[in-house]
Formats: sequence, structure tokens, C-alpha cells
Amino acid sequence: MPIQFAIAVTHLVSRKRPTLVSLVGIALGVAFFLAVSSLMRGSERDFIKRLVDNSPHLTVYDEYRTPQPQPAVLRWPAGAVELRRVKPLREVRGIRGHAQKLAFIESLPGLRAAPVLAGSVVLTFAGRSEGVTLSGIVPAKMKGVSTIEDKMTRGSLDALAANPNGLIIGEGLAKKFGLSMGGVVNTVSPAGEPRALKVVGIFRTGNANYDETQTFALLKRVQGLLDRPDRVNRFILQFDDPYVARETASLIEARIGYKAVSWLEASEDLMSVLLVRNLIMYSVVSAILVVAAFGIYNTLSTIVMEKVHDIAILKSMGFHARDIRRIFLAEGVLLGLVGSLLGLGLGLGLMALLVQVEIKPPGATDIVHLPIYWGYDQYLLALGFAMTSAVVAAVLPARKAARVQPVAILRGMG
Amino acid sequence: MTPILAAENLGRVLPGEVPVTLVQDVTLEIGRGEFVAIMGPSGSGKSSLLYLLGLLDTPTSGRVWLDGRDTSSFGEDELAATRLEKLGFVFQFHFLLAEFTVLDNVLLPMRRLGARSEAAARQRAADLLHQFGLGDQGRKRPHQLSGGQRQRVAIARALANDPPVVLADEPTGNLDSRAAANVRQILHDLTRDLGKTVIAVTHDPTFASVADRRIGIVDGLIAPDWRA
Repeated sequence: MPIQFAIAVTHLVSRKRPTLVSLVGIALGVAFFLAVSSLMRGSERDFIKRLVDNSPHLTVYDEYRTPQPQPAVLRWPAGAVELRRVKPLREVRGIRGHAQKLAFIESLPGLRAAPVLAGSVVLTFAGRSEGVTLSGIVPAKMKGVSTIEDKMTRGSLDALAANPNGLIIGEGLAKKFGLSMGGVVNTVSPAGEPRALKVVGIFRTGNANYDETQTFALLKRVQGLLDRPDRVNRFILQFDDPYVARETASLIEARIGYKAVSWLEASEDLMSVLLVRNLIMYSVVSAILVVAAFGIYNTLSTIVMEKVHDIAILKSMGFHARDIRRIFLAEGVLLGLVGSLLGLGLGLGLMALLVQVEIKPPGATDIVHLPIYWGYDQYLLALGFAMTSAVVAAVLPARKAARVQPVAILRGMG
Repeated sequence: MTPILAAENLGRVLPGEVPVTLVQDVTLEIGRGEFVAIMGPSGSGKSSLLYLLGLLDTPTSGRVWLDGRDTSSFGEDELAATRLEKLGFVFQFHFLLAEFTVLDNVLLPMRRLGARSEAAARQRAADLLHQFGLGDQGRKRPHQLSGGQRQRVAIARALANDPPVVLADEPTGNLDSRAAANVRQILHDLTRDLGKTVIAVTHDPTFASVADRRIGIVDGLIAPDWRA
């Protein structure tokens, strides 16, 4: 152990009360930092989870972000003549070569993907007609990317897999039509053949609009209905970690060309609101640590004043000014570090208490727990803030100590 | 043989609205193994001269030569390094670090210099304490010792890095006559047995009588005919 460090430790250990007060200050600061941060971040993630899990993390559409260049422009890039009123070639809309593209996407780690063909159809039942969005899905793949399976109040995706003429509808639509399980609905699209589909499942997401307008059938059946054989017009992806969606989106877009929109891009405005909220929260909780830093400053200044004779004797003995500075900086670091560790323990305790709190939101029947975020980044952030405050607080006393002129002190004593 | 310590037209003026002259135009040479007493009335500038010779204070004029080297060009760090290796200080008040044991106090300069291994340094500290009759006091705190014992610890600490020069500022000023005699004897022995140079500022006439040389200082000037 370097002698400077040994002196620093001795200074702190021999002054138990001020040291303890400084430690408690930092520890409480770090603990509150963690408690508030974990609550705010927890509620943020809870919010995002609701936002994210009810819609795909990433959707690949059968469109391009920028219009495709015309063949003439490709052929004569420096051409001086501009052809007006050129229309793109007519084509059957959909993702070309979707099987290979899906295979590529599925080869990426940490995600699941499902092909979908979505289109508008009109459902007719007992004389009533209703325009809805019908999504053709592959049930086995859909389970991996959507929470729809969990939202089924009756029937299941497996029932759809078993019945080629099956249809899954929302509770809202079922009520509108007075439909129940086993009911047969007539389905018409502008292009393809009409079909009679049988209700094999009913879901309830809680989002009224979704429950009234979204319906699901088998991909093959929908391709026939919409007269778009072997076509899909979007891939929907679900990630283990939703936050990698943005990078993966640009990767996929670069590789396959079609527009890939992550949930982060789709809800950018909300994300920036959350960012501002976090900034405010962290400024407030770091203010606690700044206040705690004054405790360290106070303790160290007192030690410098009390130990001015020791500093003089150390310097006369041959200790450099920087040795003295290091002694007091080390004291700041020690207070910061030990305080942070205590605070980390205390903070984890507080978080463990908070997670037990049960609340009953108005109108809800279930008891919910406070959402607490346990991520390690906030521990590092708290540690970083605490250590920075502690070191900054130690700088002034350390500088003052380093500047002590031994002769001035010795003259005063002699 | 070059003197171990030499002062050349040494002067120190405290700046201020009314500048105070502490030391002026002191020229002297001190040989190896000499036991020198610096004497003079209170406030005559004896201690200021000692601080200048000990490189604790920087002269406003003149220069100090230590072991044949001109120290006037030394920066703060080099001065500190020189103090650590070449000079040992003993003050009127013992100035031991209260939170450290006696042994740790003696170890401080050796640990800072880092020339000895921890084991060797401990052995040397124990030997020094033993030499000054404090062999069984190493684990005590300074406040548990008597004034004379503490001053002996301070001498042991001053000798820790085996410096050629020991500077003492009123080393017996705060001690009863028996302890003072003991400390005096120890300092005297340092010059005889170990070949150290000892320069002591003192009021103590007995001290002056055992010294090889007495230097009188009055009003910051050398006063050759000054008598206590």
C-alpha cells in the first residue's frame, strides 16, 4: 500500500464521525438515485412494453423508401433529355422473392419473423357488411412474433392451423355481428373469389379499434381471396431485445431493399419525450449527489485545517506537493467509493421494497406491482455521478493542502 | 574536503508593505561530522537560517550548497527529493503523526523514498528505536510516550533514510533537564559515532558547550562575539 494511501485511510478512520456523515450523505444520494431511477426507468419500460408488444418490433413493407430509378436514368445517367410522364411498370404488389428474404432475416440472431399478407376485405354476416383488414398468417410463425395468442379469449391459433377456412376476429367485431364461435362469415375482396370462413377464435386486446377492424386467416387462404398467389406484403419481426430493432432495420433495408420500419422509428416522438423525461429525472437525482459532495468537501477541508502541522512535517520530511494532493484526493475517492457501495446496497434494498408495493389502479381488477428496472447501467451511472462529485469535492481541499508552506507553519509554532 | 553544507551571502526578506529581514548576508561553511550550535536571542533569525540551510525555505538572495551542489536552481520537487534523502529534521515540538504508531512514524520517510524493501525498512526502524532506548515502544501511539521519548522518536525518524545532515530546531526546548541531556547526548553521538553533521538551533547553554562550533546570530546577521 503506498504511503500516501495509508495516510489517507488513517485520516478517515481516525475521524469517525465526519467520515460517517460524509459516507451517509453519499450513500443516501446513491440510494435515492437508484430508487428514483429504477422507478422511472421501470415505468418507462412498462410503458414501452405495452407500446411495443402490441405491435411488431419491426415491419418490413413491400415499398421502397425512395422511388426506384427509371431504367432510362440507369442506362444514360448523364443524359440531357428528360422523359416526362413515365409511369413505373405495373406489377403485382408484394415482396419479391419473399421466401429467400425471410430466410435471410431469420438467419439473423435474436429475432423471430413471420410473413403476412394483409389486405382489405368485406365481411358479410346476416345482412350486415363490414370492411376489415384481413391478415394472412402462418400460425406457427405468428406465435413467435405476436402476443395475439395470449389475447385469445376463445379458440386458438392452433385451431386456425387445423382449419383452412378458419377465421379469427376481435371481440368488438364479434359483438357487432352477433357472431360467436363456429359462426360462418362471407368474405369478399375486390379482386379474388368470395369465400365462407368459419370463426375459430376470438381475441380481445383492449384496444377497441383493433378489436373491431383486425381479422386473421391462413396465409394461403388470404392469398387466394385477394388473388395474389404466393405473395406476402410484409414481414413482421419480434426481437429478444427490442432496442436492437433500429440497427437491424437498417441492416435489413440495406440488404433486401424494402422499407424496414422499427417501432423506435414509428414512435420517435414518444421516445424523445421519454428521453427528456429521463434527462430531467437524472438531473434532479444527481443534484442529491452534488449536495452530498458538499459533505465530503466539508470533511476534507476540516481534515486539511486540523492536519496542517502533519502536512508541514510531511513536506519538511521530503513529501512532494503532489504527494500531499494525492493523499486528499485519495480521501475523496475513498469516501466516494465506500459511500457508493453502501448506497448501492441501500438502493437495492429500497428497490426490493418498492417492487413489493401493490397498487390497484382505478377501474382495474388486477393488483399490479410497481414496475422496477434492475438494469446495471443505472448502477454505473450512479457510481459515476457519485465518484465525480466526490473527486470534484476533494480537489479544492487537496490543492489547499498541497500549497501549505511548511516554513509558515513552523514559524507559527516556534 | 568540500564542506557538506555551505551558505553564500544568504538572505531572506519576508515581502509585504513593510518588508521584514529575517536573515542577511550569511556566509558559512559546515564540515562533515561537525556538531554546530546556532545561538542568539529570540527572534534573531536563527530558525529562519536553519530553514534556509535545510532547503525548507527559499532564500531571497545568496545560495546554499549541499554536498558540493548549488541548490539555487532546484525546483520544488528536487528540493523535496533532496530533503528526503540528504536531510533530517528534528523540531522543538516532536511533530509525530498522532494516528500512526511510533514504528510507522519512523517508517514514513523510508516508505516515501522506497529505497528499502518493507521488511528492510521495518528492520531499520526497529534498530533505530532500539538504538535510542525505545525498542519496546514501537507499537505505541506518540501520545502514550513522554516528551523525551517522543523527541527520540523524532530523531529516529530524521535518521530513517540515513541522511548526512540532521537539522534540529530547539530540540531540547520543550524537555526537562534529564530528557534534554539525553537528547543532547544522542545528537552528539550522531556526529561522533555515525559521522553525521548536526546543526542545532538552541537556547540551551549546555548544548553550546558540547558543540564543536557556535554560530551567533543577531538581527539576522552572524555575530561572531555573541555569548548567551
